Amino acid sequence: MRTPLAVLAVLLPWGAACVRGTARYTEVRNLGSDTMLEVAGAWAEAYDKVTDHIVVSVSGGGSGTGIAALIVGKIDLANSSRKLKKEELARAEKRGQHPVEHKVGYDGIAIFVHRDNPLPSISMAQLKALFGDGGEVTRWSQLGVDLGDPKLDPIVLVSRQNNSGTYEYFREAVLGGSTGRFKLECMNLNGSKDVVDFCGKAKSAIGYSGLAYANEGVRVVPVTTGAERGPVAPNNASIIDGSYPIARPLFMYTNGAPQGATKEYLDWILSDAGQRVLMEHGYPPLRPL
Amino acid sequence: MTPPTVAPSAGARSRSAAQALDRRDRAWWQDLLARAVVGLGGISAVLFIAAIIVFIASQGFEFAWHRLSWSELLTGARWEPTAKPPSYGAWPLIAGTAWITAVAMAVAVPLSFAAAIYVGEFATGRRREWLKIVIETLAAIPSVVWGVVGLQVMNPLIQRLFDTPVGLNVLNAGIILGLMAAPIMTTLAEDALKAVPDAHREAAEALGATRWQTIRKVVLPHARPGLSAAVLLGIGRAFGETIAVLMASGHRLLPPSSVFDSAATITATIAAELGEAAVDSDHYQALFVLGLVLFCITFTINLLADWLVRGGRGRA
Repeated sequence: MRTPLAVLAVLLPWGAACVRGTARYTEVRNLGSDTMLEVAGAWAEAYDKVTDHIVVSVSGGGSGTGIAALIVGKIDLANSSRKLKKEELARAEKRGQHPVEHKVGYDGIAIFVHRDNPLPSISMAQLKALFGDGGEVTRWSQLGVDLGDPKLDPIVLVSRQNNSGTYEYFREAVLGGSTGRFKLECMNLNGSKDVVDFCGKAKSAIGYSGLAYANEGVRVVPVTTGAERGPVAPNNASIIDGSYPIARPLFMYTNGAPQGATKEYLDWILSDAGQRVLMEHGYPPLRPL
Repeated sequence: MTPPTVAPSAGARSRSAAQALDRRDRAWWQDLLARAVVGLGGISAVLFIAAIIVFIASQGFEFAWHRLSWSELLTGARWEPTAKPPSYGAWPLIAGTAWITAVAMAVAVPLSFAAAIYVGEFATGRRREWLKIVIETLAAIPSVVWGVVGLQVMNPLIQRLFDTPVGLNVLNAGIILGLMAAPIMTTLAEDALKAVPDAHREAAEALGATRWQTIRKVVLPHARPGLSAAVLLGIGRAFGETIAVLMASGHRLLPPSSVFDSAATITATIAAELGEAAVDSDHYQALFVLGLVLFCITFTINLLADWLVRGGRGRA
């Protein structure tokens, strides 16, 4: 599903550039996170209508791929759904590069269950006991949920492969920092959409994935952070004001302070017009619009 | 055209006559070119294999030499290369691969042998030709299509039929892999049956054996080396398959204890993790070491299959 979009995102501005003649146009090369690929393509497409002298080419490959390409100077703008790692920063500094971080939006990580699952809400502590190694919650009955069939009582945990940005963020936010470990019982699916699809088919499953991937087969479970606060459902308002606890910022990285065409493009992304494009694709913007 | 370079000497009349025929004309050059091209093609397989071994080994060498504990890799229970501290126990992956391959063979061996016996011994004329074409077409279905079948068709089917909460498991991946390996195994098994001389069948039938008795007591025993090779090559195919298993197995990093458990395989792990692993990091190198382990296993299986086929021919 990702590849045709990536190709489209690359070809659209390129095709436009060909028609108008490339000579007077500056290209901004944008590569990285697969989570952000769809919205990055939409940004490039929308920006093409705004600008008359900048062409943006977009492709995916993963946050790590984008940052690696930025470090060797192959691209101007790297999309990343996670912060730069220490090793990556060290590699960049060694090559005389100085990656600069720009927060461009948010991604809410929602907790998904099958649409027939009555679980009203779940606390951060329960999530840790559910997904974290050594956690004692393994059955729905422990959470006060009766799925009507003893075979469905054992909880099926749905996670992501161990180098996905979503996986790392969830470990960081829920399992207590980078030393946290997931239960080995987790299924590690290979895409944000796969997690949601799986939860829609398996009645006893619970999983985490990007809010933007929600569909009619699943239900999004509100999350409670403490005893005094009620459960919070992930939405634009609760993610922007920080009351929903599992939302991560989305980043773009430049080499040094952005300049020229890259700066113009980045400024537009951060403007209300750019942020509206983000919101239309299911991601919370940086501020209420 | 260049004249012959060696001048004929008085004492070697016959040789000079031969040399006179050995002109470097157009046909001679074409022959040289054809031999060079074909020869290059012939040794290219060897070159590629050598290059791949060197590449895989060199990518993982530094880590494998200095920091990897081989006993942890082969028997460790936790594959957590991105945790802090990381652990590189690939036992769940090895066990998952073995389980899924075993189920695949349980599906593929009866299926492909039955198909081979039917096509080779019973079917005749046009029906036989048609069946062979269909079987070969089955072998051409891309593995990602099988993966989608596992994800979208088998997953709900297994959930319903066996009343299990999860349909992405060893059984699903095993059936998919079995169906993928069956066509090539059928073709190989049929070749093995065809290699049994008709005189054997005729002798058996002359003694009053029925068709099935002939097949069971004469044809199958005689074809055993070839059939074993078919099974081994099928195992090699199942071991090395990636994308369909990644989609159908559920990728759970625990050694399975029943066919209804989800499991992860070596190949699926490499495919899922290599794209995001930072180049030259320990994780990246560990994945190459896994690739090397996989390569050694499939290489051994193929060698065994080859040895069996040769052994069979030697005795025949």
